[in-house]
Amino acid sequence: MSSHAPAHAAHGHDAHSPSVPLSYWWKRVGWMTPAFFAAGLVIVWFVRAVFGMDPLWNAEVYYTVATLLAGFGFLTGIGCFDWWLKYAMGRKVDFHDHSFHGATSWKAYFRVNTDHKVIGTQYVVLTFIFFIFGGLFAEAIRAELAEPGQQFVNGEQYNGLFSTHAVIMIFLFVIPMFAGLANYVLPIMIGAKDMAFPRLNALSFWMLVPGGVMILASPFVGYFSAGWTQYAPLAIQGGTGVTLFQIGVQFAGFSSIFTAINFLVTIATMRAPGMTVWRMPLLVWANATTSALVVFGTPFVAASQFMNLFDRVMGTNFFDATQGGDVIAYQHIFWFYSHPAVYIMMIPGFGIISEVLATFSRKPVFGYRALAMATVAIAVLGFGVWAHHMFTSGMADWLRVPMMITTVIIAVPTGIKVFSWLGTIWRGKLHLKTPMLYALGFLFTFTIGGLSGVFLGTVPITIATTDTYFIVAHIHYVFVGGSAFTIFAGIYYWFPKMTGRMYNERLGAWQFWLFFIGFNATMYPMHWLGLQGMPRRVADYDERFAEVNLVISVASILMVISTLLFIYNMVNSWIRGPKAPWNPWRGRSLEWLVSSPPSIFNFETDPLVVGGPYQYGIEGARHAVVYAPTEVGGELTEAEKRTILVVAHETLASQQLVDAIRRKAAEEHYWRFTIAVPAADRDKRAAERRLQTVLAVLAEDGIDASGQVYDLGPVEAATKAASEETIQGAIVATYSKDSSRWLKQDVVDRMRKSLRSDLTQIVVTPGEVVEAFDAKGVQHVVVIGRDGLSSQGLMAELERRADQGPLRVTVLAAAGIEGPAWTDEANALREDVGERAGETLGLLLLAGIPAEGEVIDRDAPAAARVAAESYSPDLILVASARGESAIENAVEAVRENAGIVEVEHFIVDAEAPAAPMGS
Amino acid sequence: MLNSRHTGPLALLTLVVGAITVAQAFVIDWLPEQAGEEAARIDWLLWFMFWVSAVFFVLVTVVLLYCVWAFRAKPGDETDGPPIHGNTRLEVVWTLIPAFLLAVVVVLAIVVLEDNEATAADRVKVEVIGEQFVWRMQYPEIGVESGDLRIPVDRQVELTMRASDVIHSFWVPAMRVKQDVVPGITTDLVFTPDKVGTYEVVCAEVCGVGHGVMRTRAIVMEPDAYAEWLAAAQAKVRADADQAPTAPAGDGGGDAEPAEEG
Repeated sequence: MSSHAPAHAAHGHDAHSPSVPLSYWWKRVGWMTPAFFAAGLVIVWFVRAVFGMDPLWNAEVYYTVATLLAGFGFLTGIGCFDWWLKYAMGRKVDFHDHSFHGATSWKAYFRVNTDHKVIGTQYVVLTFIFFIFGGLFAEAIRAELAEPGQQFVNGEQYNGLFSTHAVIMIFLFVIPMFAGLANYVLPIMIGAKDMAFPRLNALSFWMLVPGGVMILASPFVGYFSAGWTQYAPLAIQGGTGVTLFQIGVQFAGFSSIFTAINFLVTIATMRAPGMTVWRMPLLVWANATTSALVVFGTPFVAASQFMNLFDRVMGTNFFDATQGGDVIAYQHIFWFYSHPAVYIMMIPGFGIISEVLATFSRKPVFGYRALAMATVAIAVLGFGVWAHHMFTSGMADWLRVPMMITTVIIAVPTGIKVFSWLGTIWRGKLHLKTPMLYALGFLFTFTIGGLSGVFLGTVPITIATTDTYFIVAHIHYVFVGGSAFTIFAGIYYWFPKMTGRMYNERLGAWQFWLFFIGFNATMYPMHWLGLQGMPRRVADYDERFAEVNLVISVASILMVISTLLFIYNMVNSWIRGPKAPWNPWRGRSLEWLVSSPPSIFNFETDPLVVGGPYQYGIEGARHAVVYAPTEVGGELTEAEKRTILVVAHETLASQQLVDAIRRKAAEEHYWRFTIAVPAADRDKRAAERRLQTVLAVLAEDGIDASGQVYDLGPVEAATKAASEETIQGAIVATYSKDSSRWLKQDVVDRMRKSLRSDLTQIVVTPGEVVEAFDAKGVQHVVVIGRDGLSSQGLMAELERRADQGPLRVTVLAAAGIEGPAWTDEANALREDVGERAGETLGLLLLAGIPAEGEVIDRDAPAAARVAAESYSPDLILVASARGESAIENAVEAVRENAGIVEVEHFIVDAEAPAAPMGS
Repeated sequence: MLNSRHTGPLALLTLVVGAITVAQAFVIDWLPEQAGEEAARIDWLLWFMFWVSAVFFVLVTVVLLYCVWAFRAKPGDETDGPPIHGNTRLEVVWTLIPAFLLAVVVVLAIVVLEDNEATAADRVKVEVIGEQFVWRMQYPEIGVESGDLRIPVDRQVELTMRASDVIHSFWVPAMRVKQDVVPGITTDLVFTPDKVGTYEVVCAEVCGVGHGVMRTRAIVMEPDAYAEWLAAAQAKVRADADQAPTAPAGDGGGDAEPAEEG
């Protein structure tokens, strides 16, 4: 199973949802789905009873409401709405909640996941399962048609078989499969970390589950048998199976609409710097176009099915001619979507083919802009041709010729595409890997499907051949020879990226040839059947078609064997295939410049796009600068570190800032840091000490950092540092608003303007713990004393040591309380010593030495024990004022208690003014 | 795009692929019996389009096969192909030539459509009713109803069609004509049979359980035989009406007809 490296381990969002086991969600599904279903039944019963409707039981009404609610019950149970509901109810939510993001085990694929890569994989696997069901239905059809007469199914069941086959293949396989493949690769291709709306994306995927289950379940409650087109009024005669289909297809349809909105917003707003529209890979163009088609078109099919459903269940008369409805209206509404749907099922495949042909021909796509514009042209024209499905329907006669003209015009951009693809492989260096075999096979089969499409675009030939096997041949040449071939090409092409494993090339080639031969042997003879006069959608046929039908049925088994091979190859390779390198095909687009599979947010840093996506054969040309390492197995040589500027002065040696740098470094482990310490009018030696300490700590963490003290103000120092190297971001540490001089001077805003880059402000509270500096490179000195603390002599000594090497200090002020610790006397003593210790800490911090401290009630030897046990110092420095016998006499005891820690005794010079301290 | 190195093999491949394409067009009997004037025009258009399509099909297939044969990378060859990004002249050519041919196709299609739907003054009018799962033909002028469509040869027929339940589609493969029969509206279909014979009438639009068996016959007769049948049927209707004056005219009247079939 694939896993995404958790490169995002350390980051500090607070309101993450608690992690719950997988069973939690599925238990919720287990009770919520039936509960919602039951609620639907109760609601209808209640309403019907209250309004006195007769009869109380009307199966279709109950099923309509109950299945609709059951679908929502499932989605609620699996957790699609949890975050939104919390937000709507005013509960605390984290807008950057990533707790549902990414996969570290197989379990992450069986719950709501917001990672586009996980969702992409979920889509591909689920829709392929639907494909298997659709294929089983197809084989049932071929079994029945193997010889004339009725063998296995009656007319009603047969009608159900082909209707269900088509609906599964269209709504549950081709459309969502393309959405799934694009879900995986499209955000990476444009250099984004994810889709624009990850939670909506998850909802889109999970909606397919209830939708698919309803459609698959419909045969068990009475087939929907009016064909996938569900023409009224025949569809209105149907039973519960039709209801399930019409509710199920709404889930699939809205899934598709949500995904389309997601793609559009993602492509419009989340492209990496430099990714202009003319640098977008053609797959991105294709999906942008398709998404626009879906957003404009799919609501029409939703509407047509709702109207149909209302006619059946609610007694409306949209399409009931006997009640003033219009039968033809259904077809207009339906095809207004369903013709564009043909392009929804084809254009993403065009995108895949462009990628595959360029990569395996080692040549730029021929006529990139023409291909992109042809895609858009097909989509736009696609809205003006719907009535070519209705040439014999009895619609207004005059519509036929205009629609014929627009229809054949579409052949022009389609032709441009085919010729441009031929131009792409011409004089290339063709590598016949499996995706390439499928792409080349596609060129052949799609050409046949396209040409028969021109035949069918003309009215007289449609009149002769519509509703025959000629149509069946045509749509299968387009949807299998077109869509399914491109889907196979796409799955093979990105399999290494998605799973991190290589598939078996030999099996892949076998699978292609079996499928290619099986497909053509199945579908090509159907042209003959149709021209000869065999109508489609019939279980029984004339004796003279017997031989050809038998050949077709036998040939279709080749595709079954091929699919079994495919499943074996995919599953086996996923589990134990050889590890895939980052870029097995030496592709140029961004998805090949990240690891296989990509890390959780795809890119370590934002990539910078610097050229077109297909610049094969051009010396030194590149599509994007991606900061990827060579040491993790990538064969990329574009590794280069990016610099973050850190600006701080007193706040430099603080826990918060060091933690912020560590966090940044953990997120994007190819950052380096340059630290600018502005020290105009300040103690430059202190600044230098802080810098050295921080650098020592960061070096120990393996974080690449360097720094410099500038004799400049903060903004000037930052600007100067930024002018010396290109920076990609900045971190500024200040005190909080009340105590910060910088904030009073508006330094952060001025800096933001001057640097013109992403700037993070860290607020530091003074006097916090300095565990951040618990590093080997930083000497830890514990100072034990009482009267000797806060003397200039001691400060000078510590500064001297700090200048020799990074140093941190813990001050243990030994109060020397004897007797009970609760007396007023003891309290006064404690306070007094505490003040002295605090003063020392303040002086140390000012001097650029990180320091913390503690008051110890007892005497110096006790403090030494505390030091040895809790602070693990490198050195204990006993500081005594000259003549301070309590300390001086205790030095030996201190040594004893300190154990292996070295102890030095420092006597503060008498001349130095020590703070008066009565004893 | 072409130079001497490529010309020879490409020509050879074109011959081979072209020969196969032409051969399958001739060897296979693609079209069924043709029994109407409309069928002749449609078949002509169909073959015209086939030859235009064949040119494109052969072109694409030949280039495809040649590329696979000639430009396949040698094992271990990791170099790239030449960075050709496009060729404006070529792109204009392969936009304009198909556009021109498609315009020709459209014009021809319009001509065929107009010819096929032009009505003649002396046409025979028959009313057709489609219902699950039978066809009923009514001859309104004489009050005859028949399960078969009986029509004279070489005279245009106009069918005025209605459906009583769901959509059906009236299709005579031998005439190459088809028209949906739709509840709530009346649709028309005209055709001119030019060959005596019995032809299949098929329901082409899925209409329910019995869709597959919703078939009948179109019997094209010599004008004399047609007149004879018509007279006999009319006589029978009158006789039936005399026997049972309340029975609706023409109920099942056509089935028992003794007229010979072409």
